[in-house]
Amino acid sequence: MIKEIEHEAEIQNKRTVKRQSKARFLSDRIARYLVFIDGMVSFLILLAIAVFTAQEGLPLFSQVNIMSFLFSTEWRPTQGEFGILPMIIGSIYVTLLALFIAVPLGVACAIFLSEVAPLAVQRYFRPLVQLLVGIPSVVYGLVGMVIIVPFIREFGGSGYSVLAAAIVLMAMILPTIISISEDSLRAVPSAYKQGALALGATHWQTIWHLLIPVARSGIISAVIRGMGRAVGETMAMIMVIGNSVVIPLSPLSSARTLTGNIAVEIQYASGLHRNALFATGIVLFVLIIVLNSLAMLVLKRGEVVVER
Amino acid sequence: MVFKRKNKLFLIPALALLILTLTLSSCIYPDSGIPPIISVPASQLSGTITEAGSTTVQPLAEKLAAQFTKNNPKVTITIQGGGTAVGITSANDGTVDIGAASRELTASDPPLVKWLLARDGITVIVHPSNPLTGLTKTQVRDIFSGKITNWKDVGGADKKIDVVSREEGSGTRTAFQDLVMGKDASGKDINIVNSAIFQSSNGALKQVVLGDAGSIGYLSLGYLDSSVKALSIDGIVPTEANSKSGTYPIVRPLYFLTKSQPTGLVKAFINFCQSTEVQKIIADEGYVSVK
Repeated sequence: MIKEIEHEAEIQNKRTVKRQSKARFLSDRIARYLVFIDGMVSFLILLAIAVFTAQEGLPLFSQVNIMSFLFSTEWRPTQGEFGILPMIIGSIYVTLLALFIAVPLGVACAIFLSEVAPLAVQRYFRPLVQLLVGIPSVVYGLVGMVIIVPFIREFGGSGYSVLAAAIVLMAMILPTIISISEDSLRAVPSAYKQGALALGATHWQTIWHLLIPVARSGIISAVIRGMGRAVGETMAMIMVIGNSVVIPLSPLSSARTLTGNIAVEIQYASGLHRNALFATGIVLFVLIIVLNSLAMLVLKRGEVVVER
Repeated sequence: MVFKRKNKLFLIPALALLILTLTLSSCIYPDSGIPPIISVPASQLSGTITEAGSTTVQPLAEKLAAQFTKNNPKVTITIQGGGTAVGITSANDGTVDIGAASRELTASDPPLVKWLLARDGITVIVHPSNPLTGLTKTQVRDIFSGKITNWKDVGGADKKIDVVSREEGSGTRTAFQDLVMGKDASGKDINIVNSAIFQSSNGALKQVVLGDAGSIGYLSLGYLDSSVKALSIDGIVPTEANSKSGTYPIVRPLYFLTKSQPTGLVKAFINFCQSTEVQKIIADEGYVSVK
């Protein structure tokens, strides 16, 4: 009986949708075309960037084997050696370390803001978090260079390290993770929470066993956003990570990220060196696509649907 | 939102204050403060010149341009950085009138007309707290190639050496590589160690050395000031006089480059930059005059 009613509703829905697409008023049609063009423009800009990067970067592979580009550890462009493995590992290491610190901290803060904090605290904290998102990355880099690097120097090495970069990155992605996670926690229907509490669960049990799993897709998308920003961060990275061309074996070791590789050398590069830097850009593109796809996969598998 | 204001009228005086501040600030800032050492009657030269290239040449080019435009008020000169390679390609493409380079041109560079502006020494710098006053060229080479890793091996304290260098392609680095690192017995280049800290400008490198007591780096002589310590190489102190006489060994040329023989305004500017009167400006900036 329910199935039949649902089927009927679906047919009615389709009819309405069909009717809407034959928009009768000219103003409607113009508006739809304009919006369509706007959307296409954004997509085309992205495509143009991808095409331009590929155009400048692919010529490298006529001279350099792609396997040796990706897996060789020697980066000496002025002598014809192009190996970016240390940079790939540097980028991944820094991002993972930053996420490792930022995700628990960020989600905990989001839980605090949405469930635990008194109203007065919430009213001041939320704009503060929004403010942090807007601070330019070079300012984070400056603070990192002047305060964090000398602090880490006490523990060994020169202070310019993966750890310093991860701390700076953590400060940058934390506000993003907090605000999106908090929004998705708030979006959980209050009926769920009330039901759990009514059944005798404690507040923490409700948060841990109900709210977080239901808000899981929102939290994961917050993490994806943070990860995207982390992989793409350039300015702050150059200032605190040391830019050495070595595979970082400890968090105190200096390293170089893919983004840093491009930014540090692009000013002076010409010829094949320039092509190699654009090829590094291609690798960055691919890395971000891979990371995002992986995260989407996790999202799909973990989706919790509560039956009504 | 904590801030609630229904009355939007406060915007008007706020906006007026902002505009007032902006216009006043442009009057308050003094000009670059160059004493007019060359007083010639204001000439009728007019037009624009664009220059781009080496960051080592940039501060010098800015001072020369400022002096030239003081004497020729109708002329506008734009000075940009971007690095030696950018200077070479821009001059060759015609994107700028003059390119700046801080190294010798090689066979792989396009054929451009060179105008020698000055020479620049490269000094090896350490943190002011470092007890050493000098090193030999071999010691410097071994430190930068990673052979020597502790200050105690060269007569300093027991502390790890943190090598700081410029990035690949920098004119300063290329000159340092050619003049100090050199080649080994089999003819292969001796490279700066991979685990060094790399920064992308003279200024940034200086900042790193200033912050780390165990660090060593190299700097254009024009950027040297009393905040860092300059080491003598093989007993010779890096001064302008020593660089000019050739006693100090780590010196490279600073060039203006043009695509072909310049005419008119560009020619006048280049003649001005190579004239004897501007040598004082060059020396004041810390570079080595050529006349």
